Amino acid sequence: MRAAGTPDVVVHGLRKSYGTVRAVADVSFEVERGEVLGILGPNGSGKTTTVECLQGLRRPDGGDLTVLGLDPRTQVRQLRRLIGSQLQDSALPDRLRVVEAVRLFASVGEGRADVDALLADWGLAAKRSAAFGTLSGGQRQRLFIALALVNRPRLVFLDEMTTGLDPEARREAWRLIARLRELGTTVVLVTHFLDEAERLCDRLVVVRDGAVVAAGTPAELVAAHGGGVTATFTADLDDAELGALPGVTSVGRRGRAYEVRGDAAALLHLGHLLVGRGTVPTDLRVHQPTLEDAYLALVGAERR
Amino acid sequence: MRPWGESARTELWLLVREPTTVVFALALPAVFVLVLGSVFGDTPDQGGDVFRGVGGATYYTPAYIALAAASVGLIILPTHLAGYRERGVLRRVRGAGIPVGAVLFGQVTVATVLSLLGGALVVATAIPTIGPDTADDVLGVVVTAVVGALAFALVGLALGAALPTARAAQGAGILVWFVVFMVGGAGPPEAVLPDAMATVGDWTPLRPLVTALQDVWFGPGWNLRLLGVLGAVGLAGAAVAGWRLSRD
Repeated sequence: MRAAGTPDVVVHGLRKSYGTVRAVADVSFEVERGEVLGILGPNGSGKTTTVECLQGLRRPDGGDLTVLGLDPRTQVRQLRRLIGSQLQDSALPDRLRVVEAVRLFASVGEGRADVDALLADWGLAAKRSAAFGTLSGGQRQRLFIALALVNRPRLVFLDEMTTGLDPEARREAWRLIARLRELGTTVVLVTHFLDEAERLCDRLVVVRDGAVVAAGTPAELVAAHGGGVTATFTADLDDAELGALPGVTSVGRRGRAYEVRGDAAALLHLGHLLVGRGTVPTDLRVHQPTLEDAYLALVGAERR
Repeated sequence: MRPWGESARTELWLLVREPTTVVFALALPAVFVLVLGSVFGDTPDQGGDVFRGVGGATYYTPAYIALAAASVGLIILPTHLAGYRERGVLRRVRGAGIPVGAVLFGQVTVATVLSLLGGALVVATAIPTIGPDTADDVLGVVVTAVVGALAFALVGLALGAALPTARAAQGAGILVWFVVFMVGGAGPPEAVLPDAMATVGDWTPLRPLVTALQDVWFGPGWNLRLLGVLGAVGLAGAAVAGWRLSRD
């Protein structure tokens, strides 16, 4: 049995190749109970392979994996009763009706699922007898999540669940994940949408070329890799004086136009200096680093 | 056992909702037997050099029971299964903890039942209209039809596991079905086929089923050798399907 406080997912040194193509070279991370962990990375970086190995859908070439205290390589049957899964690029037969899908997926659980309550819960009661092929993108995603949750799993894998959805359907999917968090379900969310990751995830793991290049909360990643704050303005100042301000990392100037980079403290000191000189530039612009800046710094260097 | 029963029930509804099922498994064999029985009548073939000594209607009725099984195994099941693989349905099912074996079991069960239903429709259409002789050995017909339906369902599983898309499976299936239909005993009788075509027909899985069914309907009786051949064909299909699906 699992000891109290043991993470729900522990991956260490995961490796997986398809023939001569190395999909995952070295992936390690942990997911705590009740946490929403995002796995970010460009296409082909090994995100999907990683979560498929964790679900026992692919056999890794090497590494240690523990999911809910079980080994996905040898205890896949027990594991699948405890997890829910929304897989990338997989569908249901067009003629399968919503209620039939729920009944089928519920058949592996212990006890009888309350199909009607589940459908009502996920806004699908009116679509009970609708064929899968007639559902909208948002309705399909709701059904997939309902199917992933039908047996009340403790851990859910959601792989690119909002890809291909319109903005309204994406927002709806986000609300659903927020509900999962409230229910205390542990979620592993694979995505390449940075706004989604920033909004939904407690922590992020950034994967590039099959290896983890950074991990932390969205704020930690932005602070560590976002490149700092950039202030631009026009004024008559001394470059050396600006460069000496605490927290400033660089000063650029073209004529009277300045670009000052630094951390949050640098911004305060710059403001103090400007006000002290009686200079209030009307064209002052401040660019705060975003998760996108951090992400591009981490994965984009060789791709641009 | 719940996933197995639920899968079989789901597969039944899905296959029944496919229009190709209705056309190829149920309608075509019944229409063909009606047309050919009407054309050739049921006057016994005295020399035995065309219709094995019976009339056309009696000759074709067991042949079209066999054709229903071939339609399900060569067209319907492969298209259905290849579509599942193409769209990632099997991955989703596997990810949900539903054994893929339960889905395949459901498909084979439903395909076998559909084949038998198609065969029953052939008999129900033929007897009141074209007047074939009734079967000498009803139990033999039922057992042979079940073995044949199961063998073709397993061949269908192998094709569905090997072909990459539903469209490829349907295209290849219809092509193979047509060749098998023409030379395997459900088209021109074996006795009138050129030697080369008859030889090709001998190597199709339809010929043993047509001959075994005719043997119990109007011929010498149970053909255990051909039942063995059909059993071997089915096992080979299951082995190919198992090998191929384990690599997905």
